[in-house]
Amino acid sequence: MKPGLIAFMLLLALGLTGGALAKEAAPAADDPALERRVMALAAKLRCLQCQNQSIAESDAPLADDLRNQMREQMKQGKSERDVIDFLLARYGDFVLLRPPFKPTTLLLWLGPLLLFVVGLIVFFHRLARSLAAAEVELSEADRARAGSLLESEIGKEPG
Amino acid sequence: MIPELGQFALVLAFTLALVQGILPLAGAARGDPAWMSVARPAAFGQFVFIAIAFGFLTYAFATNDFSVQYVANNSNTALPLQYRIAGVWGGHEGSLLLWMLILALWMIAVAVFSRSLPEDMVARVLGVMGLVAAGFLAFTLFTSNPFDRLLPAPPDGRDLNPLLQDAGMALHPPTLYMGYVGFSVAFAFAIAALISGRLDAAWARWSRPWTTVAWIFLTLGNALGSWWAYYELGWGGWWFWDPVENSSFMPWLLGTALIHSLAVTDKRGSFRSWTVLLAISTFAFSLLGTFLVRSGVLTSVHAFASDPTRGIFILALLALVTGSSLALFGWRTSRIGAGGRFEIVSRESMLLANNVLLAVATGTVMLGTLYPLALDALGLGKVSVGPPYFDAVFVPVMAPALFLMGVGPIARWKKASLPDLAVRLRWALGVSLAIALLLPFTLGEWNPMVSFGLALAVWIVATSAVSLWDRVKHATTGASVWTRLAGTSRAFHGMLLAHVGVAILVLGITLVTGYESEKDVRMEPGDTVELAGYTFLFRNVSEVAGPNYVASRATMEVTRNGARVTTLYPEKRRYRMREKPMTEAAIDPGFTSDLYVTLGDQLNATAWLVRVRHKPFVDWIWGGALLMALGGFLAASDRRYRVAARARRETEYAVAARGPQATAAG
Repeated sequence: MKPGLIAFMLLLALGLTGGALAKEAAPAADDPALERRVMALAAKLRCLQCQNQSIAESDAPLADDLRNQMREQMKQGKSERDVIDFLLARYGDFVLLRPPFKPTTLLLWLGPLLLFVVGLIVFFHRLARSLAAAEVELSEADRARAGSLLESEIGKEPG
Repeated sequence: MIPELGQFALVLAFTLALVQGILPLAGAARGDPAWMSVARPAAFGQFVFIAIAFGFLTYAFATNDFSVQYVANNSNTALPLQYRIAGVWGGHEGSLLLWMLILALWMIAVAVFSRSLPEDMVARVLGVMGLVAAGFLAFTLFTSNPFDRLLPAPPDGRDLNPLLQDAGMALHPPTLYMGYVGFSVAFAFAIAALISGRLDAAWARWSRPWTTVAWIFLTLGNALGSWWAYYELGWGGWWFWDPVENSSFMPWLLGTALIHSLAVTDKRGSFRSWTVLLAISTFAFSLLGTFLVRSGVLTSVHAFASDPTRGIFILALLALVTGSSLALFGWRTSRIGAGGRFEIVSRESMLLANNVLLAVATGTVMLGTLYPLALDALGLGKVSVGPPYFDAVFVPVMAPALFLMGVGPIARWKKASLPDLAVRLRWALGVSLAIALLLPFTLGEWNPMVSFGLALAVWIVATSAVSLWDRVKHATTGASVWTRLAGTSRAFHGMLLAHVGVAILVLGITLVTGYESEKDVRMEPGDTVELAGYTFLFRNVSEVAGPNYVASRATMEVTRNGARVTTLYPEKRRYRMREKPMTEAAIDPGFTSDLYVTLGDQLNATAWLVRVRHKPFVDWIWGGALLMALGGFLAASDRRYRVAARARRETEYAVAARGPQATAAG
């Protein structure tokens, strides 16, 4: 036999017994780069059939179906924006886990800022009240009551 | 017959709750000791009857009595006994019964540990708690009776939701409720103080250990919930900003503000009205959480049972409790003085700022949780408010609070000097900035959010060390560092430990968010996949039968650089009574990272979809929460509180010793 043929047969034998040797598993997706984009987008969208799960996380048939549709559309070269627009037209704002900024969600998005401003006002109002107040220490009556009730060490505590 | 006895016990408990809610309060108002003394026995009686009802429901579960509708809905003959017992609180009616059992437990605790309190205070506190109990018992009896019959009885039950068939089910709800309901004690103390007009240091000091213990349970309850979701749901996530999670997170945030505000009221006499308001709103948020979860207004993984008529009842209860408390607050608040004076840079001002930030954070979470419900109710359309929203608005509010956590414990009361603070904190600042900038390079890619999170976490740890060093340096007793350290109060160590716990939690969140990785692969026996330096070998899949399910169980061998690490067995389970298969993740937990493997769909005779995840430092999230709870435990067991208890016991021994049969054997 020619050396080349022997080598070929050896390779073949190796290939046949390859099941016992470890081989690197194939990615679940045919196109891993595309899959990453699909899943990143799916994580921002709500699975409409489930309870508070994203399309990326859900096992529900609808989520699976939507993932497939997104995959197909992106494979055809559509952008993330196009896919979102398609889903928005079909399901409305409900599909977005990050609510859009529009008149009906104005309070939702500005609310935290508003709360923060109210917090600042409360803080400075309280501070002003304290600065205006005369030095009022814990009254003696308070101390006596606390002390007799608890026989504690209110005076010994530093600070 | 047994279920009817259970229902009768609930009716008796309801009657006792009414007695407890009316007589002692009236007695305290009239100065009638006989009426006031009703409070304790009524609380004990109520506990006994609720415990009987609870025991009978458990018995119905244990004996598979499917003529009881609730049992038929939430159990099955094939369900293992431990889940049949935990299944008692697996649905709406049973969780309410657990809620009331725990409320009764807290009432007993107050009745037992309040012997050195003035009688009128005890009467008012237990009276207020009695009214709350009466409201919930009425809710149960009129809308959510767990003992309703289902005739003719079905041959078998519908089975417990498979997600709940887990050890987490035995731990998470009781712990969470201990926290939720525990805040009713702080609430009752606040209302009692408002009624009596004595919002003094004694009130604050009495509330403190109760509030801290409730906070410990709520901290643990939230952490357990997060951990359970992580390993049971199979998505590898640990917090979903799910409305139900938010429901128990909001009282936690406000409760955290409350324990800090109480500290100021106790030590400085300031923030009294703020503390009262927080005590009321923390409990109000606990009730709001109960409303959100139990009314079924939410549709999320947690809301298992729902019925709209129930929602109206809890909403009315919530409005009644909150409305009357706030009215009382408004009426009495003019009597409350401002308390001690403090400057813009002082420990008080920083605690105030932290309180305000925590309140703003609570409001933000509430806005995000309720907004879709409100919009839907007003017919303005449906929106989803998910994690992207909460991450965007919550982090900016909490970041300054975390920064202040480092400064607050070091600043002096009343008036601190900014230059002095800067000098004392410059090392901590330098260390945290240096670590934040450099450490990410050794972990992987540099990323601004990771650096930011690291800076805050290290800042808290470093400033805590400065704070500890200051305390040791200035301690008056003890020569060596060790004796000085032992000489400082447990409350102080508890505070530091809890703060370090927050730092560990922030570290865990930062690192797992920044550096987690995952791979989705199709595997046949003999295939391997590599992730983060680990090699996962897919051995085989075998069929395994469980008590009420059959599972496909994969065997995955994990190696690193050729050395064996572990073998993991992820499962896909099909429960007999449910259609949807359940994913059972296999996790190899570790100090610096978790390996997390889930089995997906079967592709053909031998191939399966498999997802492997690497979760660096994820366990630090729950470790941090555990440290926080431990810190709370240290603080609550400080001798300031124990001194009173010991003094009381000594008086009792002295009284006992005077008796004729007294011996020296004690």
